[in-house]
Amino acid sequence: MRLTPLVGAVAGLALVLTACGGGSDDEKKPAETKAVALEGRGPITFVTGKDTSGNLQKQIDAWNAGHPNETAKVIELSDKADEQRNSMIQNAQAKSDAYTVLNLDVVWTAEFAANRWIAELPEADLGVDKLLKPTVETGKYFNKLYALPADSDAGLLYYRKDLLTKAGITEAPKTWKDLFAACDTIKAKVAEAKDAGCYGGQFDKYEGLTVNASEAINAGGGQVVDGATGKPNVNTPEAKAGLDVLVNAFKDGHITKKAITYTEELGRADFQAGNLLFHRQWPYQYALAQDKKSSKVVGKFDVAPLPGVNGLGVSTLGGHNFAISEFAKNKATAVDFLKYMTSPEVEKANALVIGKAPSVAALYDDPEVVAKFPYMPALKTAIENAQGRPKAVKYGDVTTAIQEAAYGALTGKTTTDQALSDLQNKLVTLTAQ
Amino acid sequence: MATTLRKPPAAVRAGSGKPAADGSRRFALLLLSPTFLVLALVVGYPVLAGFRESLYAKAEGLTPDGFVKEGSEFVGLENYTALFSGDRGDAFLNAFWNTTFFTIATVVLETVIGIGLALIMHQALRGRAVIRAGVLVPWAVPTAMSGLLWRWIFQPDGIANAILGRQILWTADGFQSKVAVIIAEVWKTSPFIGLLVLAGLQVIPREVYEAASVDGASALQKFWRITLPLVKPALIVAVLFRLMDSLRMFDLPYVLIGGHKESVETLSMLAWNEAGNLRYGVGTAYATVLFLYIAVIAYVFVKVLGADVIGTARENRKAGK
Repeated sequence: MRLTPLVGAVAGLALVLTACGGGSDDEKKPAETKAVALEGRGPITFVTGKDTSGNLQKQIDAWNAGHPNETAKVIELSDKADEQRNSMIQNAQAKSDAYTVLNLDVVWTAEFAANRWIAELPEADLGVDKLLKPTVETGKYFNKLYALPADSDAGLLYYRKDLLTKAGITEAPKTWKDLFAACDTIKAKVAEAKDAGCYGGQFDKYEGLTVNASEAINAGGGQVVDGATGKPNVNTPEAKAGLDVLVNAFKDGHITKKAITYTEELGRADFQAGNLLFHRQWPYQYALAQDKKSSKVVGKFDVAPLPGVNGLGVSTLGGHNFAISEFAKNKATAVDFLKYMTSPEVEKANALVIGKAPSVAALYDDPEVVAKFPYMPALKTAIENAQGRPKAVKYGDVTTAIQEAAYGALTGKTTTDQALSDLQNKLVTLTAQ
Repeated sequence: MATTLRKPPAAVRAGSGKPAADGSRRFALLLLSPTFLVLALVVGYPVLAGFRESLYAKAEGLTPDGFVKEGSEFVGLENYTALFSGDRGDAFLNAFWNTTFFTIATVVLETVIGIGLALIMHQALRGRAVIRAGVLVPWAVPTAMSGLLWRWIFQPDGIANAILGRQILWTADGFQSKVAVIIAEVWKTSPFIGLLVLAGLQVIPREVYEAASVDGASALQKFWRITLPLVKPALIVAVLFRLMDSLRMFDLPYVLIGGHKESVETLSMLAWNEAGNLRYGVGTAYATVLFLYIAVIAYVFVKVLGADVIGTARENRKAGK
């Protein structure tokens, strides 16, 4: 009886080892896969995060009506970016043709392109001239286009116009100094603003912090990664000056202590409750803060470009790009689908229905769009001046390193100098080729 | 097991037990082999495949035109030795202590509260069913959901701070976030221990207590001398399950506090991070170490406290002979 389990285990082991032996062949793949032209027509799939607008299916239906033999089917993934990325990577590693067109976050382009999970796009054929230039840059890797921008996003400074006016300030602050001074003036002169927080952004330890820290560093004239050479260059006096603005604001109370837990939604709750004078936020807040049911600041706020150290600041670019899976069939259909989804008509509908910032430049001056979303011209300026986040193949590690450094500095755990020099070292290792 | 117990007629005929016993063993093995096969496939293969994966590392670096190098290389135990030096070593040690601290803190609290719950449920006469069902609710809530629920409670302007009358930033990195995780975990899993202990309580005969009363034992003496010893087998199994479960803790700190926060990062979270960044070798190395850690803890626990997980079956078999 004692012997039996042992025998079974040995038998099992033998079985397993045979299975393992078979598996090791997988690693011997051909080193170079030849670039293939985007060919093939037929049904495709469009893989995207959860569509909460209800507008997507209408657009797909319109496409399907015009292309009965090349229909597109929507595959909805999780509403969380991490999980979307995981699903797409799993599909790519299995080399499955289940996914055709992928809706990628702008920061994933480098990783997906470098791993040959997405196909190079015929840039000349896609009419990228009509799109905002910084958004097209996010779809490029090693100067080749891999993903086509479908929508964009940039941070704006939301400010309480009513309180500024009451305090006798006529225009939105352009520099950090002006902003904090305006804040002090308002608090001194306007009784109802006495307990409000001065400035808020996204400072919890997640992707939002990467965005806010990069913006602060850019606003000081520094950069995380040199745009031209792709080399990390964050240990500079300019970067320090930029990040120090946030660090000092946390210290002297211009940013309330609880802001270290701010995500987009927690900050929005405070802004809408009238507890924040200035708020760095994405455009989506505009419509929600104008909603009488949940917001106390309806008609009391306006938006402006982000402030900087000397003059206006720089936003970090958000948004989504569409790419074509390397392992998909019917890539020619997919290219047409990309053109359709980034056409001014479709993007205009998207902008009007759900306020999505288009990648087509002309739409920002479209009277109909501007009438509904008055912030569009400000947003266009913000996007045109925006900086992309680092184009790193190991973006997951890069963003973690940035969050680590920024969180340490903001909470006072490390000095800004130490945080930036550690970050520089980590980034050099992570982007080494 | 009946086959081994009942002597086959062949043994009687041969006069000697030994070869016949071998025959019946072989027959038993044959009958059991499908089970072993299934176990090897669903338990053995993943464990060994995971271990094998942990001996490989993804090729580093890019080709001149920016593509990643394909394939992975055999690196031996490098993924393991790296856990004890440099940045990864710091992260590993931190996660190891967090995991251990969470396990000890939550299991101790859960055990005390669980026994308390069981005693209340055992005593409650009126509304017994309602109380039992009510106690079970936290256990029935999916962990990720309870993470979201507690995240809401622990917001800067949330209920917890309103009750305490001060602003504690529970979800920011720091000791307070550990406390938040422990509170949420204990809330969720105490009912599990409570229920198992309740089952143990219900089989203690009333006469034992009556005899103790006759001897003049106090309520406390009854609890220490009768209730605890008699409920011990059930309690130990419950605690063992909780130990193994909380050593694997992942979703609660991840949802409640967030990833990459040192004060709540557990070994499972580290493994998940590495796998998320496509370093499956390092990820499985973390997972393997965690697996061994759990195995050691469980073994020591069973040896020291004599948890009788499969003991009852063995007992029956002896009685059968």
